Amino acid sequence: MYVAVKGGERAIDNAHAWLAEERRGDTAIAELSVEQIREQLALAVNRVMAEGSLYDPDLAALAIKQARGDLIEAIFLIRAYRTTLPRIGHSRPVETEAMACDRRISATFKDAPGGQVLGPTFDYTHRLLDFKLAADGETPAAAEAAPRAEPVPHITSFLNRDGLIEEEETSDDTPRDLTREPLEFPASRALRLQSLTRGDEGFVLSMAYSTQRGYGRNHPFVGELRVGQVAVEMDIPELGFAVEIGEITLTECETVNQFKGSKTEPPQFTRGYGLTFGHTERKAISMALVDRALRWQELGEDNVGAPAQDEEFVLSHADNIQATGFLEHIKLPHYVDFQSELELVRKLRAEVAAAQAQMPEAAE
Amino acid sequence: MSKIDTRQGWISLLAKAPAEALARRWAALGIAPAFTWLRAPEIGGVMVRGRMGGTGAPFNLGEMTVTRCALRLEGGAVGHAYVQGRDKAKAEQAALLDALMQTDAAAELREKVLAPLAAEMDAAAAARAARAAATKVEFFTMVRGED
Amino acid sequence: MDTQALTGGFTEAPVQAARAFRAALEAMARPGRIETVAGAEPPAPLSVAAGTLLLTLADPETPVYLAPSHDTPALRDWLTFHTGAPLTEPGKAAFAVGDWAALQPLDAYRIGVPEYPDRSATLIVEMGDLSAQGARLTGPGIRDAAALSLPDVAAFQRNALLFPLGLDFYITAGDKLAALPRTTRVEAA
Repeated sequence: MYVAVKGGERAIDNAHAWLAEERRGDTAIAELSVEQIREQLALAVNRVMAEGSLYDPDLAALAIKQARGDLIEAIFLIRAYRTTLPRIGHSRPVETEAMACDRRISATFKDAPGGQVLGPTFDYTHRLLDFKLAADGETPAAAEAAPRAEPVPHITSFLNRDGLIEEEETSDDTPRDLTREPLEFPASRALRLQSLTRGDEGFVLSMAYSTQRGYGRNHPFVGELRVGQVAVEMDIPELGFAVEIGEITLTECETVNQFKGSKTEPPQFTRGYGLTFGHTERKAISMALVDRALRWQELGEDNVGAPAQDEEFVLSHADNIQATGFLEHIKLPHYVDFQSELELVRKLRAEVAAAQAQMPEAAE
Repeated sequence: MSKIDTRQGWISLLAKAPAEALARRWAALGIAPAFTWLRAPEIGGVMVRGRMGGTGAPFNLGEMTVTRCALRLEGGAVGHAYVQGRDKAKAEQAALLDALMQTDAAAELREKVLAPLAAEMDAAAAARAARAAATKVEFFTMVRGED
Repeated sequence: MDTQALTGGFTEAPVQAARAFRAALEAMARPGRIETVAGAEPPAPLSVAAGTLLLTLADPETPVYLAPSHDTPALRDWLTFHTGAPLTEPGKAAFAVGDWAALQPLDAYRIGVPEYPDRSATLIVEMGDLSAQGARLTGPGIRDAAALSLPDVAAFQRNALLFPLGLDFYITAGDKLAALPRTTRVEAA
C-alpha cells in the first residue's frame, strides 16, 4: 500500500546538489569527458548500449558519466531516453556473413576459410595488473599485415553441407517486439532472443554457467565467435528502394551442441545463437548457451528441471531495469503498512504472553 | 566506384560518412541552395533486426538512433536523408547533397565530396582490416610421421 | 513517390501535434464539443481535420484502413510518408477513415476484448458539415445534454450496448472535429 508522502523537497534539492559534487569528485583532478569515456571505456559503453537496447555510443558514454559509472543506472537512463524517440521503422535483418571482422575465432574448426583472427582480445593476457597504464605512458602502435581479401563464411555452413547440424529455417516473418506488447508465455524464440540480448549480463552469464555445471545437459562448443562491423539497411517507402542507414559493431556467437537424437529428431548437432550490440563476447556466448537450453521443448528433449530450461524463470528475471526497479522500490516510504505490521506483531506477542501466563495455572 | 554512381549508393555513403568529414567538405563547397522542408529533421529510433543462427527467422535486436529529413530544392529536385545518430545538421547536408546529385551539379559533387569521402572511409576500413590481419594465427602443425 | 505525397505535413511537429492532440482529447472528453484544428494539408478527399488527426495519432504501430471513399494512391503515399502507418483491412485496423456509407458495415472493425477493451478501432467519419444540432447526446463528460449532427442514431445506440467493448468515433468536416466515445448515450433529436 503506497501513501503519498509530502515534504522533503528541500532535502531532495540539496541531495541532488551534493550528488553533482560527488560525481565531479576532487576538482584538482581533470574532469572526465564524454568522448574519453566513449573512446577509452568502450566495453562499458557497449554493455550500456546492449542492455539499454539503443545503439548510440555518445549517449551511452554520457549516461555512464551521469551515473558515476553505475552501469545499471546508466542503462536506466538510456531506456528512459529511448522511450522519447519516435519509432521510425525497422531495418532489414543484418547480414552477419558480410561482417568486416575485427575478430573471428572457432573452437571447433582450426582451418576454416578466413582463419582464426584474434582481434583486440584479452584472452591471452596474463591478467596481471599493469601499472604502466597508471603512469599514462605512450601506446605502442599495433602491427599491420596485408588486409585479407578472402571471404569469411559462417563456419556452421560447413556442418550444414553434410546435414550434421540442424538447419535454421530462413523466413521473413515479422518478429514480435517486447517493447511494444507485454511478454506472454510461452514465448517465441524471437522474443526469447530479444529478451536475452537486452538482459543483464551477470544473470545471463550465471544461467549459462549453470547449464555447463549440470543444470541442463548441454555440452556446447563455440562453433564461431565473430566481432566486427555490419551495415544496417532499411526499406524507404518514399524512395522505393532500400538504403544503408549506418554501420554498427556486433558480436555474434554460434554454439554447437551435442544431441543424441530423440523420438522425433535424428542425431545431429544443434545450435545456440547469441547476437549483441558492440564488442560484448561474454554476453553473446552466454546468450547462445541459454538460447540452446530454452529450446529443449522444440528439440524433443527432456525437461530435467534446470532453471535455464524454465522460460518463465529466465525471461522474467533477465531484465535488470525491471529487477532493480522492483527491488529498489522497497526503499520508498512504506510507513503506514509497516505501522500496521508493527501493530499486528505487538498484538500477537501480547496474545502469546497472555497464553503463557495462563498455562502454569492450567497445569496445576 | 559503384557506390557513388547510383542514388542508392550515395545515400548509403552519406549515411555512414563521419559527420565532421561531411561537414568540412560541404562547407568547402561554399554554396547555400534555397530549399523548403518536406520533413524537417527529426531524430527517431530504428529497430535493428538480426536472424536466428545468422540465416533463420528474424528477431528484434535493439534500436539505433537515426536522424531523417526530406527537402525540395527551388528547382524541384527532392532530397532525402536517413543518417545514423542524432545529428540534424548532418541530415540536412546529406539531403541537400542527395537533391543536388539529381541536378547538373552531380559530376562536380561526385568529384569534390562523394569520391573523397568514399576514399577516406575505404582507407579507414582497410587500416582496421590490416590490424586484424596481423592478428591472424599462422599454425605450425607438428608432423607426427602419420598421414 | 509523387512530390504531392511529400508535402502537406506538419511544419512544426512538436507544437502542432501537441495542439492537435489537446483538441482531440477535449473532443473525446466532452462529447458534442466541436474543435478546430490545423496543420495537415492532405490530398483530396481527406479533410484538414482528419489529416491532422492522423498525423497526430497514427504511426508505424497503428494500422489504418482507408475506406473506398478515401482509398487513393495519393492518400496512401501521403499517409505512408508522413506517419509510417501500415495500410490494412477493416478487421485489423486501429484507425479507419472514410465517409459514413463507405465505412459500413461497422461489425467489420475490432471492438476489443474483455481483458483489453482498448484494442478496438477508432473510426474517423468524414462529413460535409458538422454542427451542434441534431442527435441528442448525454452521458459522461456532458453537462445535461449536447447536440451533434451525426450521420445515424441507431448505429451509435447499438455500439453503446457493447460497453466496455465497442468502437469510438471522430466526426470530421473541413477543419472541424467532434468525438463520440462508446460511453455516450445517443437519442434521436
